[in-house]
Amino acid sequence: MAKFKLRLRRYDPESGEPPYWDEHTVELDPHRSVLDGILEARGSHDGTIGIRCSCRQGICGSCGVRINGKTGLACNTHLDEALARGDGSEIIVEPMGNMPVIKDLIVDMDAVHWKKIQSVTPWLLAREPVPEREYLVPREAMIDVTQSMACIQCGACVSDCLAMEVDPLFTGPAALAKAYRFVGDPRDSEHEERLRYLAEDPDGLYTCTHCFKCVDACPKDVNPMGQIMRLRRIAGSDFDINDRNNGYRHEHAFVKNIRRNGLLHEADLFPDSYGGKFHPRAVPELLSSIPVMIKGLLRRKITPRKALLHQHKASKDVRAIFDRIDSEPVRYELNLYVTGIDEDNEPAPTEGAPR
Amino acid sequence: MPEHDVLIIGAGLAGQRAALAAAQSGVSVAIMSKVHPVRSHSVAAAGGINAAISVTDDWRSHAYDTVKGSDYLGDQDAIEAMCREAPGEVMHLEHIGVTFHRNDAGELDLRAFGGASINRTAYVADITGQAILHVLYEQLMRQAGSVVRYEEWFTTSLVIDADGTCTGVIARNIRTGQIEAFAAKSVILASGGAGQCFKPTTNALICTADGIAQALRVGAPLMDMEMIQYHPTTLLENGFLITEGARGEGAHLLNANGERFMSTAAPNKMELASRDVVSRAEQIEINEGRGVGPDGQGVYLDITVVPRKRTLESLREIVNIGRDFAGVDITREPIIVRPGQHYIMGGVKTDIHGRTPITGLYAAGEVACVSVHGGNRLGANSLLDTLIFGRRAGEHAAERARSTAMPARSPARLREDELMIKEIIARPRKGRRVSELKAELGTTMNRYCAVFRDEDGLQSALDTVKRLQEEAKSAYIDDRGSVFNQDVLGAIELGYMLDAAETMVLSAIERKESRGAQFRTDFPERDDAQWLKHINVTLGEDGARRISYSPVTITQWQPEVRKY
Repeated sequence: MAKFKLRLRRYDPESGEPPYWDEHTVELDPHRSVLDGILEARGSHDGTIGIRCSCRQGICGSCGVRINGKTGLACNTHLDEALARGDGSEIIVEPMGNMPVIKDLIVDMDAVHWKKIQSVTPWLLAREPVPEREYLVPREAMIDVTQSMACIQCGACVSDCLAMEVDPLFTGPAALAKAYRFVGDPRDSEHEERLRYLAEDPDGLYTCTHCFKCVDACPKDVNPMGQIMRLRRIAGSDFDINDRNNGYRHEHAFVKNIRRNGLLHEADLFPDSYGGKFHPRAVPELLSSIPVMIKGLLRRKITPRKALLHQHKASKDVRAIFDRIDSEPVRYELNLYVTGIDEDNEPAPTEGAPR
Repeated sequence: MPEHDVLIIGAGLAGQRAALAAAQSGVSVAIMSKVHPVRSHSVAAAGGINAAISVTDDWRSHAYDTVKGSDYLGDQDAIEAMCREAPGEVMHLEHIGVTFHRNDAGELDLRAFGGASINRTAYVADITGQAILHVLYEQLMRQAGSVVRYEEWFTTSLVIDADGTCTGVIARNIRTGQIEAFAAKSVILASGGAGQCFKPTTNALICTADGIAQALRVGAPLMDMEMIQYHPTTLLENGFLITEGARGEGAHLLNANGERFMSTAAPNKMELASRDVVSRAEQIEINEGRGVGPDGQGVYLDITVVPRKRTLESLREIVNIGRDFAGVDITREPIIVRPGQHYIMGGVKTDIHGRTPITGLYAAGEVACVSVHGGNRLGANSLLDTLIFGRRAGEHAAERARSTAMPARSPARLREDELMIKEIIARPRKGRRVSELKAELGTTMNRYCAVFRDEDGLQSALDTVKRLQEEAKSAYIDDRGSVFNQDVLGAIELGYMLDAAETMVLSAIERKESRGAQFRTDFPERDDAQWLKHINVTLGEDGARRISYSPVTITQWQPEVRKY
């Protein structure tokens, strides 16, 4: 047993007062959860503390809060771990971000999280004809979408999403992970429509800035950002959907560049990113890039000589890599959590084993 | 004043399935829950759902396993209906999007489960309940035009008119504190179980016997309430559930001497005997000094015998639970478990259409007792129960609504409940807190109404429950507010739990034999001559409990000696 000081962000909407800090000291085993600490404070000191909670074991998704700055479930964050995350003197618990607070640690998820989930048509649009028995689909595909199905809708990723902080209209990590759950599902008939809808939304698929905050916040290893990247890859490679900010073409320009030159030849990157020197977009885009080119020349990142002459050709080895990738017949968008582990049947270490 | 043809209380699997079924028949439907629907406790169901879908399986085999699992207390007409309709229901779930695990041919994969004579459990890793619950919620969002959702509304009472017909409910909007009377032609209770009467329990904090007590208070009978399931594998440290799927995948149970002790209790099925049998065997090891862990209060569950890749793929949730809550990598070392309260087989008595003896009132899921589980529920039959009887109740309730006029509202009942809440809030802060009473109830029930029971213990539990009922009348709370006053809801829930606990103990005292989950050390044998019958408890006009019996329906399987 040890003593823990909980510093709770409180707000009583009926008081007319602004939010305030409230401290409670609880004595619990360090391995117990922050939720246990809060419930202890509520049960024996102050029954007015508001927090949603139900299962206590990280499955129902009710108790998302910010603990010493990082959002997670109060029920699967240990007290000692939470303490170590801060300056070691107290555990600061605040309501989640990006959503309005209703009372104390309770936020309005309907106003933000569920609205965004609704926006991605969050139900299966099943392929016709519906079979009499089950749809026959690859085993791997079902395991794959089960990763996004494992989302418990706790809102932790929404709370920590930096892009949403800047652009509140952003569809956000949870809803986009939900979208992948259908785009990755071979039983769904509307993959392309779903992707076009997300891609055409100026606050949709391409607003994510790859900050990894949602990956860190997610208590269920759903990896929302990873699902967003898969949506982008499928949009680009399967449906020729180009993003508004050149990311997809830029990525392909890199690949093409290496395939051709073996080493990066930066002068080609610009035109290739716009679709090639003769693409209608190339002239205006090149013109708008002139300042960047001048900077590159001034800083000797490129020289006129290097820019005009191809000094490298891809070696045999580099070409072999590309040939091998091209010859792979199927591309699975698989999550590493499930498939990246080698079969491992070695006997368990004896430590801790029964006598 | 909201009016709906069909109003469903509770939005777990039974409630959501009922809502979708009722909406299908074109009546106006509303579903109400004290939490957001995806927080419902169905989310925690891990292992899977049983259905005879394999070509080598037959629904009769599933039905027989269920009858045997119930220790012959299950009603066989209900069991037949459930098992016959199971494959169609699982296919329906698959068609609306549940991501069931596949075999290499792309068909639904089936895993082994306790008490089953063949692999017949369809699953989504070990988050089957969550996967189904979320898919049903997707369908509710899709049906937003035809199903009204009252999320975070707390039901305080069922409304009964002068003829004894259920005509609606009274409920409080948790977000605002506003209380309202709802009129409905049919009300379906789908508000779940009563695990919080026990401490520890695998059940969520919201499982507080709400519907069970509400139904009892309006005169509905509660059946089989003595049948409390203790799950064989709950974490020693805090009572969290380790899915039966672990044993389905091949995990062993070991005592302090490293012996697979199930070889004595169930030489054929070993770890996959029915839950009552396994829990008793574990408790005997613990009681006779062969337990492990602090004070020898647990036994080992050894998952290391399952290939690591398979564990990570299909038991990912318990890998997390082991890591987060016990600090153990379950793929590398055994984990310490013990029997823990998990499920109540009993509940509000219904027929196979979900109808209770109160006109207009239906029940489905754990709150109800059809009874398909009898003395002991088989693993992966509870999801099935919620879906089959949720659907049946939804369909029948809609049917009834079509031929019934909208009942009048009940301002009197509304005022009573308003006063009841005001009274709780106004209580002086002296005496005992609601939270203390709840803790005492939980430890008492877990001590005396557990795996092994006897007359003395049960009697002492009854005395405690009665004392707590008195104390609850003045137990105080802190919160005086309207917005999210969870404190006052806690006080109302305590009343529900005490009502339910009293009927559990009374029924356990009444049944003077050992059957299924009820093992009386003072009556250790099953006694079909005397006790092959259900025990029903109702509330008399004078407020006292009345006990009566009803026969067990037997269609094709006569009681036999039960061996695994």
